[in-house]
Amino acid sequence: MKNKEIWIKVLSLLKPHRRNIIGMLLLALVSVGFTLYAPILIGEGVDQIVGPGEVYISRLLTVLGKLAAAIVITAVTQWVMNLISNKVTYRVVEELRERAFAHLEQVPISYIDKNQPGDILSRVVTDVGQFSDGLLMGFTQLFTGVVTILGTILFMLTINVKISLLVILLTPVSLFVAGFIASRTFRMFQEQSQKRAELTSIVEELVGNQKVVQAFSYEKEGMERFNEINEQLRGCGIKALFFSSIVNPSTRFVNGLVYTGVSIYGAFTVMNGGISVGQLISFLNYANQYTKPFNEISSVVTELENALACAKRIFDFLEVPAEEPDAPDALELTGVDGSVELDHVSFSYVPEVPLLQDICIKVKPGQRIAIVGPTGCGKTTMINLLMRFYDVNKGEIRISKEPIRDVTRDSLRSNFGMVLQETWLKAGTIRENIAYGKPDATLEEIVEAAKAAHAHSFIKRMPQGYDTVISEEGGNISQGQKQLLCIARVMLLHPPMLILDEATSSIDTRTEIQVQRAFHELMEGRTSFVVAHRLSTIKESDLILVMKDGNIIEQGTHEELLSRGGFYCKLYNSQFAPT
Amino acid sequence: MRELLRYLKNYRKEAVLAPLFKMLEASFELIVPLVTARIIDVGIHRGDVSYIWKMCVVMVALGLIGLICSLTAQYFCAIAAMGFSTELRRDLFAHINSLSYRELDQVGTSTLITRMTSDINQTQTGVNLVLRLFLRSPFLVAGAVIMAFVINAKIGIIFLIAVPLISLVIYLIMKATVPIYKNVQKTLDRVSLITRENHVGARVVRAFGRQKEENEGFDAANHQFTQIQIAAGKISALLNPATYVIMNFAIVAILWFGGWQVNAGTLTQGEVTALVNYMTQILVALLALANLIVAVTKAIASGARLTEIFHMESALSDEGNESQTAPDGAPKVEFRDVSFRYVGGGEPALEEVSFVVRPGETIGVIGGTGCGKTTLVNLIPRFYEITSGSLLVDGQSVDAYPMEQLRQKVGMVPQKAVLFKGTLRDNMCWGKKDAADEEIWEALEIAQAKEFVTEKPEQLEMEIQQGGRNLSGGQRQRLTIARALVRKPEILILDDSASALDFATDAALRRALREKTAAMTVFIVSQRASSIKQADKILVLDDGHLVGQGTHEELLRSCEVYKEICLSQLSKEEVASA
Repeated sequence: MKNKEIWIKVLSLLKPHRRNIIGMLLLALVSVGFTLYAPILIGEGVDQIVGPGEVYISRLLTVLGKLAAAIVITAVTQWVMNLISNKVTYRVVEELRERAFAHLEQVPISYIDKNQPGDILSRVVTDVGQFSDGLLMGFTQLFTGVVTILGTILFMLTINVKISLLVILLTPVSLFVAGFIASRTFRMFQEQSQKRAELTSIVEELVGNQKVVQAFSYEKEGMERFNEINEQLRGCGIKALFFSSIVNPSTRFVNGLVYTGVSIYGAFTVMNGGISVGQLISFLNYANQYTKPFNEISSVVTELENALACAKRIFDFLEVPAEEPDAPDALELTGVDGSVELDHVSFSYVPEVPLLQDICIKVKPGQRIAIVGPTGCGKTTMINLLMRFYDVNKGEIRISKEPIRDVTRDSLRSNFGMVLQETWLKAGTIRENIAYGKPDATLEEIVEAAKAAHAHSFIKRMPQGYDTVISEEGGNISQGQKQLLCIARVMLLHPPMLILDEATSSIDTRTEIQVQRAFHELMEGRTSFVVAHRLSTIKESDLILVMKDGNIIEQGTHEELLSRGGFYCKLYNSQFAPT
Repeated sequence: MRELLRYLKNYRKEAVLAPLFKMLEASFELIVPLVTARIIDVGIHRGDVSYIWKMCVVMVALGLIGLICSLTAQYFCAIAAMGFSTELRRDLFAHINSLSYRELDQVGTSTLITRMTSDINQTQTGVNLVLRLFLRSPFLVAGAVIMAFVINAKIGIIFLIAVPLISLVIYLIMKATVPIYKNVQKTLDRVSLITRENHVGARVVRAFGRQKEENEGFDAANHQFTQIQIAAGKISALLNPATYVIMNFAIVAILWFGGWQVNAGTLTQGEVTALVNYMTQILVALLALANLIVAVTKAIASGARLTEIFHMESALSDEGNESQTAPDGAPKVEFRDVSFRYVGGGEPALEEVSFVVRPGETIGVIGGTGCGKTTLVNLIPRFYEITSGSLLVDGQSVDAYPMEQLRQKVGMVPQKAVLFKGTLRDNMCWGKKDAADEEIWEALEIAQAKEFVTEKPEQLEMEIQQGGRNLSGGQRQRLTIARALVRKPEILILDDSASALDFATDAALRRALREKTAAMTVFIVSQRASSIKQADKILVLDDGHLVGQGTHEELLRSCEVYKEICLSQLSKEEVASA
């Protein structure tokens, strides 16, 4: 995406706020104008008080009246401008975040799988914030900065051309000095941030895994490695800190020289009658302030560049194609009998690595399908396809004879109850979590589901029972308990089909037996797909799909597969071979 | 925060000199308006050209001395601030190393990382700013007021009114906004939380068809965030205009009353301009002070978070412990009525557990999640202190050993397979600093990792990324097992560390352990009955109680819990045929 394209998109984002933005700019114009007018009025005021007996009180009064008015107008316009710019900034942030989040809910699961949560989080939260801060605040600052510079030049020229030229030509010297130092110190900053990154990563490793460090008595070596980098950071940190902090004093010194120059030349001009003392004061004021907008502009430019980079990241995300929408004539999948058919299905995540090829499976209503295989063999692929988290490349999946491409995703998914290996709960109360799929469930229904999932007894023992809040990491409940809640969440819905992904693997072994019983009841008459490790589960299945390297290599019942003597047989024997 | 200041002790000279030089610079800045006044009053009004040139030299000299003072101050600041943070960081790191598992559980490692990084950086910035500005800004304000009084006491009164008024406005605005900004952070956290949740849980959200509701929930949090920010913005938007008005009205007052005084001959035109300049300087200094206070408040909050860690004392101590030798015939590990309770945990995690392990035995530990399996093995290297009873390794109580000697005996393979950035060899040397290649290969072979390592072109020099991201879960697990084996520990503890291995690899691993490391005492913690059923002794834990110990056959007959576990995982024939 080119900068120009980004700008066009940014402008379209700002379009609804154009009235406010134009108002903001007008106010900025007025505010800057009066701010610059103040030094002139102060100078005029000084001109009215030359010496004993030479003070023109009535004229002074007029000047001061004007000055007071200018002050009030400046303050009020500045205030209103700030208010508007705040409002516009935060509204734009809000809208952009809303869009980004809505998009997050629509991007294909493949995109989610490919990206770290931290990446999207930083786009939706940090980038959006930086974008609007940088863009809007930066833009206002840039605008006022430019107006201030032009205004200053204009005001100065009306007083005296030569001194104006002196100020205009000399002041930028300090900018060169600042630029010179900055370019010379850039390397030091790079070095510092590199060392800092090294330090952070060593801290993340050694502190983050402190228990391992202690288990291996690695404290001393760790400390040595840490101290080495820490000392290096000290070395380059001192340099970076020192050289970055000399920019200000140096520019201040150069400005002081300019100020002196203006004083001297101005003083001579006053003595020659070219300007009044008051006008000299105005000039000195301008000379003092003239560099400020330049400094601001240079920092604003980096801010704007940063904002643009953030904008690009946001737009990149927003332009990730959303999940292909449901066909306009998509049906609601209802009255499902539970039959599932995979008809010559082929699928792969990346075209170069073919996975499922020409798979045909017929599942009768109420059957139990076990998916087995070594770790990383792609067992979750089946879930991805059945739930349409991914679409098949070739062939067709039919549920109740209905091709799943022709029904709405929501209705398809609502026919499955899903319990994944990675337990996911929302930050919220236990009650909200169980009722996740049915927010209007009564407490009785929720308790019943919890009882069926054998979660009721531990929930009851929690301090606030069903209203106990599960914290972000779910630190207050165990992994097994989380899984029970995920099961209860499904129990509440009574879906006609189930997808279980090693769901019971980390529940207390004894509870597990009860949960399996509950599942048994739930699975009665319901088609279920189980990604399983336990042979007892597998053996009771109507159909076993044996997967290896992403492909289904064998299918059949336990006995059939054993007698075939293939991969399944080897897998089965390896577990119980004498060690 | 105050106790952290001791880290400035080595930089006392710098910490005193830096602000002093800053003040010196400020004094020169305070003289400039006077010089300008003299140029007007003496130079211009009397037409004294040489005087103007003289003043010009004075001004340049002032600027130059100011620059030198400032650079000196910045130099001292940089040394002091970086020295402060370097030593603070070093000590905090050492302190974290000294904490025991108990404290690590309490704070959590992720907080420790933030404290090591951003909190220390924050305090460093604070120290730097304080040294540079904390004296300078008030000094400038006070100096400007004093100069005003020196020039003209009556006009000085205007300063005495304006300065407190500006300060008050700044104070009130800050006081009103600080709590709102805290709230802003909280609502932003909520926005982040929902975003993260919806990324991590995308499958569940869609499986339950809840996109619309999630959108609504996000929009509500997002809108609340916007409203609070706008509210905070409304107040902060007042700061600049309000202080601007006060300052400039003070200037109006100076000109007005100054005019009368000049008329009376008690003040000169140049002095009036000097007074106006002082007023401008005061506003700039006060606004800088306000920013400084914000930064310092943050630094103090960070400092408090750091001292909190420093105040944590390790629960374990091996001070004065002498190296221990094993008496002949002593069991390798013995638990005598060991009970253990986590800090803040209500029920004991282990209650009156007793068992004896002979050297070279393989011990299986089984039971459901949260039954105390990991706790049990963590007590052996004294990661936690037992609450009551006694725990002996080689016939000696674990708290009699120097920590290093005890832990040297133990090779621990934790549940979470953690590898570190560096080469594979670096990682293997965690177990034994000077391990030879043969030793490493041997360990890799037992851990069933030799095959995939030899397939890599770099072999032992293979780079491992942070956290071992470039390896699969199963590969990581096998390498962590190898790492523990390199040290040839007397006691090897596998804490559910074969969970990502498929059955075949798991079985091969156990076979290799049995054949190649016969003298090693091995603890295998697992949820899979098949992984432990060949052990010499199986410990069955249930809710913190040791409900059975013995061989597979013995337990099948005598232990109800064990039987249930086996039946849930194995078929009847398999249970019997062991």
